[in-house]
Amino acid sequence: MAKFTLQVNGQSRTVDVAPETPLLWVLRDHLDLVGTKFGCGIGQCRACTVHIGGQPVQACMTPISGLGRKPVVTIEGLSADGTHPLQKAWCELDVAQCGYCQAGQLMTASALLADNPQPTDEDIDNAMAGNLCRCGTYLRIRAGIHRAAELATATHSKEATK
Amino acid sequence: MNPYEAPTPPTMPALDRRDFLRLTSVASGGLILGSFLKSTGELQAAEIAKTAPAGDFTPNAFIRLGLDGSITLIAPRPDSGQGVKTSLPMLLAEDLEAPWQSVTVQMADLNAIYGSQAAGGSTSTPTFYSLLRQLGTTARIMLVEAAAQNWGVPASECVAEAAVVHHHASKRSLTYRDLVAKAATLPVPDAKKAILKDPKDFKLLGRRISGVDNQKIVTGQSLFGLDFKLPGMAYAVYEKCPVFGGKVVSANLDRIKTLPGVKDAFILEGTSDLRGLMPGVAIIADSTWAALSARRQLKIVWNEGSHANDSWDDFTQQAQALAAKATGNVVRKDGDIDAAFAAATKTVEGTYSYPFISHANLEPQNCTARVSTDHAEIWAPTQNPGAGADMVNKVLGIPKTNIIVHILRAGGGFGRRLSADFVIEAAAISQKAGVPVKLTWTREDDLRHDHFRPGGLHFLKGGVDASGKITAWRNHTVLFAGGLSADEFPSRFIPNHLGLSSVIDNSMPMGPWRAPGSCVFAFVYQSFIDELAHAAGRDPLAVRLEILGDHGTVPGTGERGTPYNAARMKAVVKLVAEKSGWGKKLPRGQGQGIAFHFSHRGYIAQVAEVTVSKTGELRVDRVICVADVGSQIVNLSGAENQVEGSIVDGLSAAWRQELNIERGRIVEANLAEYQLLRMPDAPRKIECHFLQSDNPPTGLGEPVLPPLAPAVANAIFAATGKRIRQLPFSKTDISWS
Repeated sequence: MAKFTLQVNGQSRTVDVAPETPLLWVLRDHLDLVGTKFGCGIGQCRACTVHIGGQPVQACMTPISGLGRKPVVTIEGLSADGTHPLQKAWCELDVAQCGYCQAGQLMTASALLADNPQPTDEDIDNAMAGNLCRCGTYLRIRAGIHRAAELATATHSKEATK
Repeated sequence: MNPYEAPTPPTMPALDRRDFLRLTSVASGGLILGSFLKSTGELQAAEIAKTAPAGDFTPNAFIRLGLDGSITLIAPRPDSGQGVKTSLPMLLAEDLEAPWQSVTVQMADLNAIYGSQAAGGSTSTPTFYSLLRQLGTTARIMLVEAAAQNWGVPASECVAEAAVVHHHASKRSLTYRDLVAKAATLPVPDAKKAILKDPKDFKLLGRRISGVDNQKIVTGQSLFGLDFKLPGMAYAVYEKCPVFGGKVVSANLDRIKTLPGVKDAFILEGTSDLRGLMPGVAIIADSTWAALSARRQLKIVWNEGSHANDSWDDFTQQAQALAAKATGNVVRKDGDIDAAFAAATKTVEGTYSYPFISHANLEPQNCTARVSTDHAEIWAPTQNPGAGADMVNKVLGIPKTNIIVHILRAGGGFGRRLSADFVIEAAAISQKAGVPVKLTWTREDDLRHDHFRPGGLHFLKGGVDASGKITAWRNHTVLFAGGLSADEFPSRFIPNHLGLSSVIDNSMPMGPWRAPGSCVFAFVYQSFIDELAHAAGRDPLAVRLEILGDHGTVPGTGERGTPYNAARMKAVVKLVAEKSGWGKKLPRGQGQGIAFHFSHRGYIAQVAEVTVSKTGELRVDRVICVADVGSQIVNLSGAENQVEGSIVDGLSAAWRQELNIERGRIVEANLAEYQLLRMPDAPRKIECHFLQSDNPPTGLGEPVLPPLAPAVANAIFAATGKRIRQLPFSKTDISWS
C-alpha cells in the first residue's frame, strides 16, 4: 500500500492503495465517484473513459502509480451543474437506453468537441469507434454530438453579441 | 424452461384486470387495490400508509399525493434500458392529470401488490396499459369529488387539468395540494365506472418524453447495481468451474487469506441447478481490486464432470447424425409432403445454423446482499426480482416474508437478468461470511457463465410448383433444449408441411435472449423463403404476400397455440415496401432485402439496404421498419429508441457474435474476442414507422429484432448473389466480381 494524491475534478484527493490499482477502482471504491463504469477491464468497451490532462483515457488500464500530478476529470466533473452542451443534448434527444456506457461516451465525445467543435459524421465515427453501446444507441449518440455542437455554437454567438 | 421461447411471467398475462386487482389484494394481505373493487371506503391500505407521511393521499399502491403538493408515481417493473421506468408512470400521470414535469418517479421494491414484476417477454405495456390508466382515473375522480364537495356543486361540473380542479361556471379552482386532505377521507369509487380518457385528449401519451433517469445518467450519479454501497460492506468475487456443472475439489484458500486486503475465502458447495448457485470459490476483500488481485493467485482443483469434452464441432456432428436419420419428433404434419415434392418444379435444400451467443450486458452481473441465517436484504440490477427472492428462499431456507429485494437500474437486460444466479451467489456469500457484500463479476465471468442464447441447426427442403407458389416445406430443427413449436411460421401457411424436432444432449446453461427463439428462427425461415422465391424466379415481396394470402386471424395449434393475424402482417409488409421504394434498380454490389416476423404480440416488417464491396466488406445503408404494436404508442421517444436499438442489436448479433465451445468450456474470454457492433458499422440510417391499428397496445422490447438478420442477409444476396445460411455473417465470404 502507498499514499497517492490525485487532482480529481479540481480537488486534491489522497488515497492509500496498492500502487498497481487501476484509477477506475480508486475512483469507484475509494473516492465514491461511481459515474466511471466498469465494463471489461481491458480497455475494449471504454465505459471507464475519463480525461487525464485533457485526453480521453481508459481508467481501467491506468495504474494509480503512473498518474503523477496530471489532472483527472470524470463524468461528475464534466460540468459544475450538468449543463455541458453534451449533457443537455443527451437529455433533449433521450440518447440513453440502459445508460451504462453513456458516461464513457460523453467523456470521449467531450474530448472530440474540445478538439473539433464542428465534427462531421466521419469524424464522430472515428472518434467514437472505441466506445461500445450494447443497447445500440449509436445513431442517437451521433445526433447528440451534432446537437451539442449546435448548442455550443449558439452559446458562443450569444456571448459574442453581449 | 425453454430458452427458445419467450418467458411468460407467471401470473399477469393470463389474468384480466379484475383478477389482477383481486389477486394482489389477497397477496398483500391488505386492501390497497382491493378497495378499488369493493368500494369499501378504506382508502389507506395499511402497508402503504406505513411508508407514507401522515395525511398523504394514497389512493392505491402506485400513486401518492403529499400534503406538500408532491406527486409520487411508482414504477412497478425494473428498467434495464427498455424504458418502463418512464413509460409506465406516464400511464398513471395521463389519467391522473398530473403534469409530467412535476411528477417524481420512484422505483418499487419487490412487493406482491404490484403483481408480477418480471420485466420479460415484452409484457409490461400489455399488462399495465389499461390498469395504470384506470388507477390514475380513479384517483382523479376522488380529487374532483373533493373539490365538488368543497364548493357544493355536482362533480360533473368540475374538471381536472394539470393538477388543478376547476369549476368553470363559478370561475373557482383548487389545486391537488389543496384537495389532498379531503380526498384522503373519501370512499374509493368503483373502478368499473371509471371512464378512461379518449385518446384524442391525451396530453402525454404518444409524445416524446426523455427518460426519468437521464439527468443522473449524464452526470454520473449513483444509479446502477454496481454503484450501490452499504456501510461496512465487503467486496466479493466468485470463481466457478469453466466446465458447466463442474465442482470444486480443493483450493489454496490458506494462501489466499494471507493476501493484502483479503478478509475471507471459502468454497461454496452450491447446488446442481445449472442456472442457480453453482459450486465455486468466494474471495471477499476490502476493495474490488484487492479481491480481483487475490483471485489471480487462486489455484483450484476442479472435478469437471461428464461434459468436459463437449465442443461445438461435436454438437454439429450430433445434429447432422440426427438429421440424417430423419426420425425427429414430428411436431407438425399438413397435407402430403412427399407428393408435393414429387409434383414440385423446383426444390431447394439447405442447412442453416447459428452459434451460442452471450447477452453481454455492458454492466457485468453483480448484486449487493446483507444476509443472516433468517433474514435477507438484496439490492440487485435485475429484470426479475421475484426470481431472486424465490431462489434465496429455496437455497438458503430464508422465509419469503424475511426477504427484501430492492430493484436497481440494470446496465442492460436482454433476458440475462431474468435469471437469479448472481443474486443467490451474493446472498450465499454474505450469509457464509457474516457481512454485507457486493459481488462483482468480471467480464470474463460474464461471458463464460452466461445463460446463453442457444445455437441450433435447421435442415430444410422446400418446393415450388409450376406457378411459382411454395407448396412444400420440410424442416428438421435440431436444438439444445425444448423443441420446435407447431406454430412456427410458415407453419399454417404452406399446404404441405412437415416439422421435425430433435434435441442434442448437452450441459450448457441456457436462457432467454431478446426475442427468444424468434431472434434466430426468423433468420432461418425468412431467408429460406427468399431462397425459394429466387428459385422460382419471383419477387421476394410478392411471394411473401402470397404466403400470407387473404387469411385474417389464423388460430394457434393446441392449448398454448398463438393466433397469427395475417391481415396485420400483410399491412406492415405492404407499408414497408412502399416506404422503402421496394424493387428499385440498384447497381451490382447494392441490394434490398425484406423480412417480416410476428413475436411478442408485435407485427414487424423490415427492408434493409446494403452495399457490399467487391472484397466483401458490408455496409448497411438504411433499414426501414414498420411496426404494428397496437393502437397507441406510450412514449414515442422510448419506442423509437427500442426500434433503433433492436435493429443495431440484431445486426450486432448476426454479424460477428459467436461463442466457441471446446473441452466443455467457452473459448472467448473478453470483448476483444467477442465482438459487439461499434458505431462505424451501425446502419447509416434507420427509419421507423408505427402502423397504429385498432388493437390493444403491446410491447417493443423484443419484436423488432428478429426480422433484421434475414432482411440484411436477403439484401446481401440481392447485392452479391451470395446466400448466407450461417450466423454470424462474418463466417461467409461475400466478396463478388
